Amino acid sequence: MSSSRDFVRFLLPVVVLAAGIALWELVVRVNDIQPYVLPGPSAVFQTLVADWPVLSESLGVTLLTTLEGFIAAAIGGVALALLFNQSKWLEYSLFPYAVILQVTPVIAIAPLLLIYLQQQTAVIVCAWIVAFFPVLSNTTLGLNSVDRNLAGLFSLYGASRLQTLRYLKLPAALPYILGGLRIAGGLSLIGAVVAEIAAGTAGAGSGLAFRIAESGYRLNIPRMFAALLLLSVAGIVIYGLLALISHLVLRRWHESALRKEN
Amino acid sequence: MAGPALSDAMAVSLGDVTKVYDNGVAALGPFDLDVKRGEFVSLLGPSGCGKSTALRLIAGLTTPSSGVVAVSHHAKETRAGHDIGFVFQEPTLMPWASVQDNVRLPLKLAGMATTEADRRISEALAQVALSEFAAAYPRELSGGMKMRVSLARALVTRPDILLMDEPFAALDEITRFRLNNDLLELWRKLNMTVIFVTHSVFESVYLSQRVVVMSSRPGRVSAEFRIDTPEPRVEDFRMSASYAAYCREVSQALVPSYSGRTSA
Repeated sequence: MSSSRDFVRFLLPVVVLAAGIALWELVVRVNDIQPYVLPGPSAVFQTLVADWPVLSESLGVTLLTTLEGFIAAAIGGVALALLFNQSKWLEYSLFPYAVILQVTPVIAIAPLLLIYLQQQTAVIVCAWIVAFFPVLSNTTLGLNSVDRNLAGLFSLYGASRLQTLRYLKLPAALPYILGGLRIAGGLSLIGAVVAEIAAGTAGAGSGLAFRIAESGYRLNIPRMFAALLLLSVAGIVIYGLLALISHLVLRRWHESALRKEN
Repeated sequence: MAGPALSDAMAVSLGDVTKVYDNGVAALGPFDLDVKRGEFVSLLGPSGCGKSTALRLIAGLTTPSSGVVAVSHHAKETRAGHDIGFVFQEPTLMPWASVQDNVRLPLKLAGMATTEADRRISEALAQVALSEFAAAYPRELSGGMKMRVSLARALVTRPDILLMDEPFAALDEITRFRLNNDLLELWRKLNMTVIFVTHSVFESVYLSQRVVVMSSRPGRVSAEFRIDTPEPRVEDFRMSASYAAYCREVSQALVPSYSGRTSA
């Protein structure tokens, strides 16, 4: 019963996807639309295969940037949250600026960063700026969500600050941290893409977003679609991986990872 | 916090203690309570009468606004010993840690060596009859079993004084009766002082040598009863006429605590 429902849940989106692709192909063929206006799915796929050497290299560049930005965001976000948690003064002094950094559109900051930093560094900084805030705010929330009685218990048994942090606050915050990382994964990809686009107009670069911009100038629309497809798949894989890690880490104890009854 | 000296026979002494919270609510006092070493005392009263506050004061989880809180501190044979064990109303377990790791917590915080800790943990788990659930996670246990884990965690430091804050209030009757019996047995065996907070007349009479009835706002002692029925008390005591008589007496003393309350 439940397995057949799982199957339907899996099947329906696939059917919708297949139908969408078929309709797209049909519209392109029936109306005889030229590839430089709108390529059909088959043309996109052919381009993907034919241009694979170029595209795969660009994919690697973008993924590396994303990974570096993500790691920087994860470390920076968690570390800042820990600092804020230990010192209210620090939190009051710095938190508003974290918010400002978050609400200022990164696409507007990117060109500025490219002036002062090397392109590779600027791209990573962009990815970091977009991705660190969800980690910071989620970790802060988690660190403050500790059960009061458990905190009382720790103080009753004379736990030091470090012990309380290590054995109580961090484990209690773990589900929140993982939730923040899941958001940060997708956001660091966006940050990397934004910076590449901003840098791409200056002429240097080789990431996927740069390929999109470049193909746009050359009216190589099928390659734009192919690169977009790769970006999209990369985003899905990143999200899936982080969700899987979160599930594996939490499955023994946290509500979010437990199998529902009935 | 080495409090004022206590005579050897005393475990806890509160003198003229008051507690006023920051928001101006007078929770307790003036309140006096002397508990002898090895005694089993219940604090009985309506919710909000300050009995939990009294317990938290004894545990050192909060400080009195005025008055003196004195708790006996024994020299311990190992540095991982702790004078006070505390059992909360909820099991208050760490959901991310297994049963044995939850029980290990006080020892780990005290920096006890693993082998000695392991021995103590299995001893504590045996005391609450949970040895075979050492590797289970809290969510896999029933409410009564979680409470037993919480009790094992309090016992693992071999405390002189066990403070219990309505520990069985959320459990069904049969489970509560069983845990009552287990607690009495542990108390007899381990020679502890137990201060037990409850709002159940029946529970307080069944367990204690002395029932301290409290009135609310602010919490004060309104009556005291000595329950002289000798140990060991077993289920028969629950059915006896003397038990019923004690319960009637204590209930009558509790009635004024509830009078003048708008909500029942």
